[in-house]
Amino acid sequence: MAEVRLEKVVKRYGKLEIVHGIDLAVAHNEFVVLVGPSGCGKSTTLRMIAGLEEISGGTIRIGDRVVNELPPRSRNISMVFQSYALYPHMSVRENLGFGLKIAGQGEDEIKKRVDEAAEILGLGELLDRLPQHLSGGQRQRVAMGRAIVRHPDVFLFDEPLSNLDAKLRGQMRVEIKKLHQRVKTTVIYVTHDQVEAMTLADRIVIMRDGHVEQVGTPSEVFERPVNTFVAGFIGSPPMNLIEAVVTTGKARLADGIEVPLPPDARVSEGLPIVLGFRPESFAPRGHSLHADARALSLSRTVVIAEPLGTETILFTTLGGKDVQGKMLAPRPVSPGEQLEFTLDLDRLHVFDHASGVTLR
Amino acid sequence: MNFLRLPRATPYLLLLPAIVVILGVVLVPLVVSFWTSFTPYNLTKPATLFQFVGLRNYERLLGNADFWWAFGRTILFITIALNLEMVLGLGLALLINKVTWGQRTLRTIMMFPMMFSPILVGFQFKYLFNDAVGLVNNALFDLGIIQQPIPWLVDGSLAPLTIILAEVWMSTSVFAILLLAGLMALPKEPIEAAKVDGCNPWQVFRHITLPFLMPFVYIAMTIRSLDVARAYDMVRIMTNGGPAGRTELLWTLMTRTGYNNSQMGMANAMGYVSILTSILFTYYFYRKLVSARAFMGGAQ
Repeated sequence: MAEVRLEKVVKRYGKLEIVHGIDLAVAHNEFVVLVGPSGCGKSTTLRMIAGLEEISGGTIRIGDRVVNELPPRSRNISMVFQSYALYPHMSVRENLGFGLKIAGQGEDEIKKRVDEAAEILGLGELLDRLPQHLSGGQRQRVAMGRAIVRHPDVFLFDEPLSNLDAKLRGQMRVEIKKLHQRVKTTVIYVTHDQVEAMTLADRIVIMRDGHVEQVGTPSEVFERPVNTFVAGFIGSPPMNLIEAVVTTGKARLADGIEVPLPPDARVSEGLPIVLGFRPESFAPRGHSLHADARALSLSRTVVIAEPLGTETILFTTLGGKDVQGKMLAPRPVSPGEQLEFTLDLDRLHVFDHASGVTLR
Repeated sequence: MNFLRLPRATPYLLLLPAIVVILGVVLVPLVVSFWTSFTPYNLTKPATLFQFVGLRNYERLLGNADFWWAFGRTILFITIALNLEMVLGLGLALLINKVTWGQRTLRTIMMFPMMFSPILVGFQFKYLFNDAVGLVNNALFDLGIIQQPIPWLVDGSLAPLTIILAEVWMSTSVFAILLLAGLMALPKEPIEAAKVDGCNPWQVFRHITLPFLMPFVYIAMTIRSLDVARAYDMVRIMTNGGPAGRTELLWTLMTRTGYNNSQMGMANAMGYVSILTSILFTYYFYRKLVSARAFMGGAQ
């Protein structure tokens, strides 16, 4: 059993505090993804869990042990690094078995576990090669194999896919997910890519500037973002965010258009708000995701159309801002074309303009 | 003269000054000295320069015990000095690599011994280890460790040690600098991976840091083996090959043969044996370097 529990964890470099008291509990066998823009403290947090960075304040527990003062080797963790960090002078087999050898395992046990890991990751053919003779994807698999042979309590991944090209990244994402289904272990995974976070995580932790902004399942953070930052960060293309003022129970946009607010929105007359809606909630009539939803019709001019095959992203303007809509089952659209858009009123997000916090 | 005006003559014309200089400075002396090693050339009898005797000098060398002692002593000197400098230099580099404040200053200070002329280092150590007025003996006296002066430079077994000490003092920083460069170029991730993989600090050093450093070690070894193989100045000052030839190295023997005994032909033959040895050392270390580097790359 290995839960990981962070309590008020702080990281300071001299006077500069970059992680400000993070609380987080990761359950046994849970796959948790820390996501956020670069410099948000997610990698630092992971490295503190690994023991590669000192903890300036608070406690980190793995299982029922406080690990604050333990060196990495005593924490029974494995880590996959962004740059793979293979041992360049060792063959794949030696790379995989190195941790076991250091732990004093017998030859037979090492061979058994290395072969097992190689089988899981499809590395059988490559065991006698040196890392320099492997492709990026193969190196990444060796790095993962090195992590799994040790049967650790916790897997730590530090942006493991960001050095790979887009296609390989997609493949490896699936492999990591399969791996977790097969080798049930607690995983903490750091990425700046919200797609990786959405596809891999049991729960997502969204971080910004050393704070946790929201913790939730992928659907929670997608459907109920707690503030404009999370709303803009999760989802691709990102959520449209438009300033508005509450006028007679409606949101009045800069160009005078009035959008009815959801009944549960906690707003008062005259309050400056930010109205949020995802591109998939803003589609030409007859091309929307939820055809039965309450909708507001808006006639807009298309500025740019980006056909992606199964859908077309349409760029237009609303409330004086550029917004994106998504046309499902698309037909060809040319720039300058006037289309009748429907805005899904059941899926509107309302945020306080000053604090950015959700008002639903 | 027409050829000189052709476009394809331009590169040769432009290279001509360099070629002339190289011919004059390198090739001619090389050919002449190589020729003299096949003659009984004696500085006092110029005519002997043109008397070809084939391999006679080399044959005599092979049967000459003094030469072989000097040869063996030089190899031993290289082996001991290089290994000591390697170990000490590695230790220094590891320590300095840990320093976060004032590292640049320390690096500069570390290089001071390299900046002195070897002759001066020789004089300095000769003075330090002088049996009557030397600092070392005086200190040992005052501390009550010895009652009789130790004849550092006169005793047959202490003299070579003293010279090695001076050599190590002067040149350890060469190793330290080169290995420090290696340490600074060391990628961070494999070391962190090893820590996570269960290594204690010694195991990280043994399995990750040291293999990474080996190419740098061999580069330093190559450079230094060439340096030490032609050790002359310091030995000349400190003991001049004595006592009773116990510190006679190849180059002190060579100079004695060439200039004191005027047997330049013989001295040049020794020179060529010594150069051949240096080439063998270089080749050996270079092979080691290439094979150590073959493993590198592919960490990222």
